[in-house]
Amino acid sequence: MLTGKPFELVCPAGALPALKAAVDNGADCVYTGLKDNTNARNFTGLNFDDAQLREGIRYAHDRRVKVLLALNTYPQTATWPRWTAAVDKAADFGVDAIILADPGLMEYAKTRHPQLRLHLSVQGSATSYEAINFYHEQFGIQRAVLPRVLAMAQVEHVVKNTPVEIEVFGFGGLCVMVEGRCALSAYVTGDSPNTVGVCSPGKAVRYEQTAQGMETRLNGVLIDRFAEGEKTGYPTLCKGRFEVNDETYYAIEEPTSLNTMELLPKLMEIGVKAIKIEGRQRSPAYVAQVTKVWREAIDSALRNRQNFSVREAWMAELNKVSEGQMHTLGAYYRPWK
Amino acid sequence: MKLALGPLLYYWPRQQVFDFYEAIASAPVDIVYLGETVCARRHELRVQDWAEIAGKLAAAGKQAILGTQTLIESESDLKTLRRVIDERAFLTEANDMGAVRILHAEKRPFVAGPFLNVFNSATLAMLARLGAARWVMPVEMSADALRDLQASRPAGMETEVFAYGRLPLAFSARCFTARHFNLQKDDCQFKCLEFPDGLLIKTREGEEFLTLNGIQTQSSKVYNLIGEVDALRGLGVDVLRISPQSQHTAELIGVFRARLDGTLDVPAARSRMAALEVAAPCNGFWYGKPGLDQIAA
Repeated sequence: MLTGKPFELVCPAGALPALKAAVDNGADCVYTGLKDNTNARNFTGLNFDDAQLREGIRYAHDRRVKVLLALNTYPQTATWPRWTAAVDKAADFGVDAIILADPGLMEYAKTRHPQLRLHLSVQGSATSYEAINFYHEQFGIQRAVLPRVLAMAQVEHVVKNTPVEIEVFGFGGLCVMVEGRCALSAYVTGDSPNTVGVCSPGKAVRYEQTAQGMETRLNGVLIDRFAEGEKTGYPTLCKGRFEVNDETYYAIEEPTSLNTMELLPKLMEIGVKAIKIEGRQRSPAYVAQVTKVWREAIDSALRNRQNFSVREAWMAELNKVSEGQMHTLGAYYRPWK
Repeated sequence: MKLALGPLLYYWPRQQVFDFYEAIASAPVDIVYLGETVCARRHELRVQDWAEIAGKLAAAGKQAILGTQTLIESESDLKTLRRVIDERAFLTEANDMGAVRILHAEKRPFVAGPFLNVFNSATLAMLARLGAARWVMPVEMSADALRDLQASRPAGMETEVFAYGRLPLAFSARCFTARHFNLQKDDCQFKCLEFPDGLLIKTREGEEFLTLNGIQTQSSKVYNLIGEVDALRGLGVDVLRISPQSQHTAELIGVFRARLDGTLDVPAARSRMAALEVAAPCNGFWYGKPGLDQIAA
């Protein structure tokens, strides 16, 4: 077990090249998943087989970086053994912690592998210290990842009232819904983040050029339509344009990206333990760039919290990789609500 | 099988709520879930008002249950949660694990609500040990998954299934009804009061798609398992949940009651329901398909 740093940068490793990119550019931890529906980024071409996971762990540990394994979908009774086998594998391979959402699976892990460190996934939807302390008392979880719904004062209040380390999202795609409490994708496509580990899956997507413009559909449902010259977006179903009372707009969420870099000193001050970069589906180049920038920012804030400011060069680098998307402080900034 | 009326998911004026439950007192429903489970800003009724309604329904022979808020964000939310649990005359429906923690500490039996994500036997067994007397299946779960879970159901645990109504699909910190009016959530002017069955979202080609209900997003279609009542019974389901809508709720309960009693067959039940529904029916989740599908039994 590697010792913890005062404030950890937790980076996405969708596959081995991204893992190495994160490690090489200053991640304190990388988080990974297996090649099946035991994790919430169950995408084609992503994730780790046994050999890759062993290699990833060796590579990271040689460089004193921790490896976390996300097993953060909800197993169903019929397929339960796949999840317990994954927990056993995590213990056997020597990952530093597993990230779980399902209480039944936490109980299994606690009973069979009492030495294995447990993190509560964002998919566990624990938004209060009462909920987080529940998982701590019942299963001994040592860290909780907060859903992207709390304002800064609320995050601070949670930290003050729990012995569990708190990890928050810092950068990347923004789920506007409470993770673990969203069945929209299941409703439209049959595949859900909770049980299958996917949202708005590619197999349900259709792009079609029509007289009215480029149409994007999810299992036949029109998610958006793009006029000529407009950039066509992926039809994530909560990020489409819809009609409400004859007005057409982004009725649920605009396609923005979370960026909380300017809040780093505050997050450190209130006792948040780690910041998570979203994006296991992203390329190694993306992971490298984002990790590098956040490493610099965190080191700068650790050196001098009072005088920290976000450098323009950092933002320029981040804007480059997030494809010109608008950034938002999300729920940390109260008027967002 | 028993019939339950789920918690009122919308925001109605105070008097309308009292009138609604006065009518429910004489409807053929066995269990009534009460309380504000969606949004902390809704205050037409306070916890004590809900407890008063619960008392009246209990006097009318119903099992009255108070539900907790699903998305807890602040200490003030936790205070309300504790107030709900403190109404000791009534069972509590726990809608997040914070509620489960408090109920377990107080050694109180509870109903494990539909948002606790009970997807497997191990989780259900754990909740049973902590005091759950009934669990409500997640809306997205299929009959096949339920069958597996029922096979190893803990002794004494009752199973409840959401069987009628617009599906509560998602929760957010953000209020989409306020967003529609370009209002901040903290200054929402209680716009939800204007939409007793939610605010409809259509696609850009006019297809009804979802329903905005403040911080909650629902299906536009009405989930309806009237055609699956025999299958539900066959799986040992104890309770069917009907979700309140602004019109015809008591009649819809009546149709389910008649179907359960065997005095109404499925085609007759469907034709009576057609006039009472706020939107087209769906049942895909039950068959392991996209929720918006309507599958012939």
